[in-house]
Amino acid sequence: MAALTREETETLIAEVLEVYPEKAHKDRKKHLMINDKTLESSKKCITSNRKSLPGVMTMRGCAYAGSKGVVWGPIKDMVSISHGPVGCGQYARAGRRNYYVGTTGVDVFCEINFTSDFQEKDVVFGGDKKLAKLIAEIEALFPLNKGISVQSECPIGLIGDDIEAVSKKAAVEIGKPVVPVRCEGFRGVSQSLGHHIANDSVRDWILSNRDGRPFEKTPYDVAILGDYNIGGDAWASRILLEEMGLQVVAQWSGDGTLAEMENTPNVKLNLLHCYRSMNYISRHMEEKYGIPWLEYNFFGPTKIKESLRRIASFFDDRIKEGAERVIEKYTPMMDAVIAKYRPRLEGRKVMLYVGGLRPRHVVGAYEDLGMEVIGTGYEFAHNDDYDRTIKDMGDATLIYDDVTGYEFEQFVERMKPDLIGSGIKEKYVFHKLGVPFRQLHSWDYSGPYHGVDGFAIFARDMDMTLNNPCWKKMTPPWIKKADETLKQAA
Amino acid sequence: MAKLRQCAIYGKGGIGKSTTTQNLVAALAEAGKKVMIVGCDPKADSTRLILHSKAQTTVMHLAAEAGSVEDLELEDVMSVGFGGVKCVESGGPEPGVGCAGRGVITAINFLEEEGAYEEDLDFVFYDVLGDVVCGGFAMPIRENKAQEIYIVCSGEMMAMYAANNISKGIVKYANSGSVRLAGLICNSRKTDREDELIEALAARLGTQMIHFVPRDNVVQHAEIRRMTVIEYDPKAGQADEYRELARKVIDNKKFVIPTPLEMEDLEDLLMEFGIMEAEDESIVGKTAAELAA
Repeated sequence: MAALTREETETLIAEVLEVYPEKAHKDRKKHLMINDKTLESSKKCITSNRKSLPGVMTMRGCAYAGSKGVVWGPIKDMVSISHGPVGCGQYARAGRRNYYVGTTGVDVFCEINFTSDFQEKDVVFGGDKKLAKLIAEIEALFPLNKGISVQSECPIGLIGDDIEAVSKKAAVEIGKPVVPVRCEGFRGVSQSLGHHIANDSVRDWILSNRDGRPFEKTPYDVAILGDYNIGGDAWASRILLEEMGLQVVAQWSGDGTLAEMENTPNVKLNLLHCYRSMNYISRHMEEKYGIPWLEYNFFGPTKIKESLRRIASFFDDRIKEGAERVIEKYTPMMDAVIAKYRPRLEGRKVMLYVGGLRPRHVVGAYEDLGMEVIGTGYEFAHNDDYDRTIKDMGDATLIYDDVTGYEFEQFVERMKPDLIGSGIKEKYVFHKLGVPFRQLHSWDYSGPYHGVDGFAIFARDMDMTLNNPCWKKMTPPWIKKADETLKQAA
Repeated sequence: MAKLRQCAIYGKGGIGKSTTTQNLVAALAEAGKKVMIVGCDPKADSTRLILHSKAQTTVMHLAAEAGSVEDLELEDVMSVGFGGVKCVESGGPEPGVGCAGRGVITAINFLEEEGAYEEDLDFVFYDVLGDVVCGGFAMPIRENKAQEIYIVCSGEMMAMYAANNISKGIVKYANSGSVRLAGLICNSRKTDREDELIEALAARLGTQMIHFVPRDNVVQHAEIRRMTVIEYDPKAGQADEYRELARKVIDNKKFVIPTPLEMEDLEDLLMEFGIMEAEDESIVGKTAAELAA
């Protein structure tokens, strides 16, 4: 049961769009759809991966954010240089909660901002010499780094800095990979292109580095792709995979290392969590090394069980039995979580607006807790993401692409969800409207939410947010008093 | 003191902008005018004839050495040469790296902030790199900078194409500001009916050919000595030509928003003067072998 009927949702969309000028109205209309589960393709009902309109409040990021922040940044033993002016690197520094094990500044470097700190003179005379010096300094000060990536900020593309030449020369000098990444922020319409560019640079500069070198293989080698270990997500996933008998060779890229990535061409199966940000490299490994890849979902018991069985189907009976053993072991734990929280959450309605994967991936976890997702949308998805979303969402639910601040607020006011799951930019707007809110990018500084361990935390967090007594105290005493006076008078 | 006049010199690369500008400026100085030249070309060769130097140390190079442009003082970047002419070069990177346009923007902003134009000056001349390839090289003609544009050209086809394109650029900024086209300076290449042709082009652009500067070897003789003709051989006939140009610039009142030609009209004009032959559509895209057959 959706919150609104199809007709009501249609009216809602029409009314919300009414305020736009004609051109904006026409454009935004294409980015909104009402779900129809019978559809095979989203192509005719929603447009995605297009430029945001000037003047609207979009939540999107840039290509640099997609490459440096998402894909390259979490590789813990590599240094990512933010090449350009200081701001991009500094304001994005340590912003993502990709947990890792190691000693920061000694053998891992994720939370440090390395930047060439462009000045006017570097724009005019080029930043190549400064970059070469920076790489030499990094090598001297942080000798345990395993490699360096050069993440281009906008001015690099504008002045045509030859970062490839500097990288090639520096790689020979320090004897480690130095990867130039052309992820200038002005490229593309969102962070999505940054993911693609980052995947391509991994393909071109990293992936085949160990081809032909000996590697002790087992028939059960897998890699986790597209898990950035937010709040420890990848660790919670890894437990399940290892307990069912698989050997996790690499984590891409949360708590991952350069060596893990270089060894990935040896695995039997690539397990892809975030399709949007790492489908490119998965497809490449399938083509070049014949490694199949499988999308899985470790949010909530239903999807966990489904995914474990599907993963096991690629392997022999030992693994298939392992999957059943794992499911049997953890089902009582997950049932206990449901028994505890479902009565407190049953029937509550959720609206989501997240990045490129979670708007569909977390739906199952909410459903396991008896909640219903009545609206969902992505910041930077493509149509293949929406194809997948159609099947995961209920009929007649509202789906929005690159939703604007205004539209999202309007939808929430009219559809009245009990909980919103989105990002830091949305959070306080909805807090002020008095709607319970959870951040679904950073897990609101909690997590993990993946796997069995994660589900318990997920359920607890949703409960403590939704059932927090603070939401009953939204009306200040003076207004309350006035209301009572009015009632008495009447 | 008369109002400061800011002029920018544009024109196709290699047409003789820097030589003409410096000779014109030398003639103005000789006539008692107080002039400043701002070179807007990373090659930094806009002031060598005035300063007798190979290349003046530029704003951007000094800024790079000092750390940033804020660390510089006006006297660090300004040199005084022949006739008290003040010289500044914006400077920029060697070819193939960095952003020369940003260098021009930075240097001109610096001059403005440091009050370089507030001194006792009659004229500022911006000598700009051949093609206005990006916003940086349009800096001299934006709001509150140069109001008068002189285009150096000759009777050669490409020079006239360039003059027409530059006029298009002026229209863009003229509509939003006070910049105007002040005339074409014909720097003769001794092509046929050159003066008539440039007069005709000027008329079509709505402007004037302010002066026809004949070709004379004395210019090269002076240049070898890193001097202007005015200084090297003040009695030469060519020196008088530059004096005449200077006088016309001083008296110039004809400042217009140009009316650039459509490509077809420009080609018609060139054909009229026999610079270009009528296009034979039947040979377009045919290889030598195909034409022989």
